[in-house]
Amino acid sequence: MSERHFRIWRGTAAGGSFGEHRIDVDEGMVVLDVLHRIQARQASDLAIRWNCKAGKCGSCSMEINGRPRLACMTRMNLFTDEETITVQPLKAFPVIRDLVTDVSWNFDQNKRIPPFRPGPKGPDGQYRMRQEDVDRVQEFRKCIECYLCQNVCHVLRDQSRKDAFVGPRFMIRLASLEMHPLDTADRIPAVRKEFGSGLCNITRCCTEVCPEHIEITDNGIIPLKERVVDRFYDPLLWLGRKLFGR
Amino acid sequence: MLNVSEIQTFEHDVLVIGAGGAGLRAAIECSARGLSTGLVCKSLLGKAHTVMAEGGVAAALGNVDRRDNWKVHFRDTMRGGKFLNQWRMAELHARESPDRVRELEEWGAVFDRTKDGLISQRNFGGHRYPRLAHVGDRTGLEIIRTLQDHAVHKGFGIYMECTALDLHLDGGRIAGVLGYWRESGRFVLFRTRAVILATGGGGRAWRITSNSWEYTGDGTAMAYEAGAELMDLEFTQFHPTGMVWPPSVRGILVTEGVRGDGGVLLDSRKERFMFRYIPEKFAAETAATEEEANRWLAGDKTARRPPELLTRDVVARAITQEVNEGRGSPHGGVYLDIASRLPAEAIKKKLPSMYHQFKELAEVDITRQSMEVGPTLHYFMGGVRVDSDTQMSTVPGLFAAGECAAGMHGANRLGGNSLSDLLVFGRLAGIGAEQYVKGLGAAPRIDEEQVRAAVRRATAPLNRDAGANPYVVHDDLQGVMGRYVGIVRTEAELLAALKELDRLKRDAAGVKASGASQYNAAWHEALDLRSLLITAEAVTRAALMRQESRGAHTRLDFFGEREEWQKVNVIVRKGKNGQMETRAETRPEPPRGLAAIAHASIEDLEAGRV
Repeated sequence: MSERHFRIWRGTAAGGSFGEHRIDVDEGMVVLDVLHRIQARQASDLAIRWNCKAGKCGSCSMEINGRPRLACMTRMNLFTDEETITVQPLKAFPVIRDLVTDVSWNFDQNKRIPPFRPGPKGPDGQYRMRQEDVDRVQEFRKCIECYLCQNVCHVLRDQSRKDAFVGPRFMIRLASLEMHPLDTADRIPAVRKEFGSGLCNITRCCTEVCPEHIEITDNGIIPLKERVVDRFYDPLLWLGRKLFGR
Repeated sequence: MLNVSEIQTFEHDVLVIGAGGAGLRAAIECSARGLSTGLVCKSLLGKAHTVMAEGGVAAALGNVDRRDNWKVHFRDTMRGGKFLNQWRMAELHARESPDRVRELEEWGAVFDRTKDGLISQRNFGGHRYPRLAHVGDRTGLEIIRTLQDHAVHKGFGIYMECTALDLHLDGGRIAGVLGYWRESGRFVLFRTRAVILATGGGGRAWRITSNSWEYTGDGTAMAYEAGAELMDLEFTQFHPTGMVWPPSVRGILVTEGVRGDGGVLLDSRKERFMFRYIPEKFAAETAATEEEANRWLAGDKTARRPPELLTRDVVARAITQEVNEGRGSPHGGVYLDIASRLPAEAIKKKLPSMYHQFKELAEVDITRQSMEVGPTLHYFMGGVRVDSDTQMSTVPGLFAAGECAAGMHGANRLGGNSLSDLLVFGRLAGIGAEQYVKGLGAAPRIDEEQVRAAVRRATAPLNRDAGANPYVVHDDLQGVMGRYVGIVRTEAELLAALKELDRLKRDAAGVKASGASQYNAAWHEALDLRSLLITAEAVTRAALMRQESRGAHTRLDFFGEREEWQKVNVIVRKGKNGQMETRAETRPEPPRGLAAIAHASIEDLEAGRV
């Protein structure tokens, strides 16, 4: 057990400041454990959003020493004993209170995405898909909706273009639908126009912070951009594919 | 005086409380049937406990082994539940789960595939054949996301970070629900003709649990306060394999899929101790030697199943005994080894979440090292007593589905039968609610004085000048339940627990939450305490009443299953004087056809003779 120094942002949309805490930390603890201990002993009304505490639900996203992380998967031994640990809410979303932000914009985006539309079943009443054809879609479906990727996306965070770009999370969701072997809907025009694929300039910051290690940029966004290019900037190639198959 | 008309109000035909698999599936069904539907989520949508289910969803699709069918699944479920399941529920579940799984595929779920492109299925404890449709070890995430993405296009009301506090009745029937918004701390009133509870279990009353923070027994407690009967609460499932180290992650689940894919349990001498714990009833269907168990794993259909895949109650007790007798691992568990059983790449492919979980939280590489595991409070078999076909509780208009409902799993749940339970009974609760709402005359009315009283009670912790710290009371409760209401129980310990719970109820009645009501964690904790304490007391009283050992309920002072206790369920309800009452209620005779299936030999079932 050792005593550690935490700085935690406290406040609301109207403003706030850092609270200082010295707190005992035990072996094996993660940052969320320490925050809970601070809650129980020093700051009972500290607002934290958390749920599974096992890296599976994506609720406890916050910025820890400047890096967006899941508090439940950030082990204390990542930091040196003398290091001050500074915890702040996600920057790209409005603060509700303390470490909790209003992420409802993301739920609104999800609703805008045209839903899955499967083709007909096989003659035996079953759908058939080969494992190698779903591996990529399964990679995208690992997403736990922690929105760390949304938080670091320059278009959303620095340029505040939430009006024009849905962000990496929903590019991945679009990709998971577009690459789903059973899906028959065409979302490519919307990927370009309504969802703003052109705004992503492939800095790969989203991929770097993904706790599920999804290759957001290379496996999701770039292939979507390529489909947009094929459709809108090489219409002959697209028409040929449409008529004669791939 | 508080003016009730100033509380934000919504009106629905049906309000579903809880947005895990059961709640989402129920809301989808209600909405599809044209009912005005609302869905209350304690967290954000898509974060509910279903997200943590790992191994798979059980359904007799017969994709991997064609001998499987609903009857074998039914038989496995009844045997796993030690014949205390509601027969009709187990039948409906086994018959309907294949359709529910295929329906998810139509809604966009992407399960792992067999070589010929169908939904693949894996082995699991207590299931005769490979039966669990899965996506690696993140099946729950796949299911909740599929339901969520399907639901958001259906146009029903979704109320996120909203906690339900009380059910309100009109002449004994459901009339409404009072809740509060986490974000603002303001109250919200739902006027509704029916309520479907889908609030899960109450594992947070224990310290070592796989359950997430929401699991405070809210539905169980609200139903109890509204006068509904609870049933089977003595059956709390301890999952045999939770993490045991480091201390802060103690209890986090390690999927049974590890054993389904060949993982073995070892004691400190590296011996596969489960061979020493095979119950007589299962001996005929369990491998006698390691050699036979390995042949079964390799696909030899003449070989019998490894003992690591016995039901959870058996494995959890065996681990406890190994540790108690000094053959445990350094941190008080046993070893779970997959590293020596599968190539590293196969482990990463089949068990990716487990690989990351151990790597990141315990610095253990499961492709090279053994895991340390021990039992963790995982699941409530008991809950709100419901009608097997309609899922309606004993309170008109109040329904329950999923973990918060009792009956489907009897004395012990099989792994994989929860995700299928959610889908089957979530849908049936929606159908039940539709029938009820259509048969209801005038809209029920909410008693405003009751609402005012509920608001006063809920705001009391904020308004007190001083009082106990709610975190400390919760921690105290977890200690009590861990100490006295664990895997093995005795009358003396259970009585000691009741005495402690009395003290804790007094403490909880006087807790103080400092600060304002906006997103105030201490206040939320203070409000959850009531549900936790009701649930904990119900479990303890039911456990005290059942004087035998069956499934997940083990009494050191009443060894073994007793014939007379197979004939009864333990019912808990709020008595007229406000005290908790328990009684043993005789079960109806099992339907003859179903009894014949449950007691048939596996050979007769496979040959179609039953």
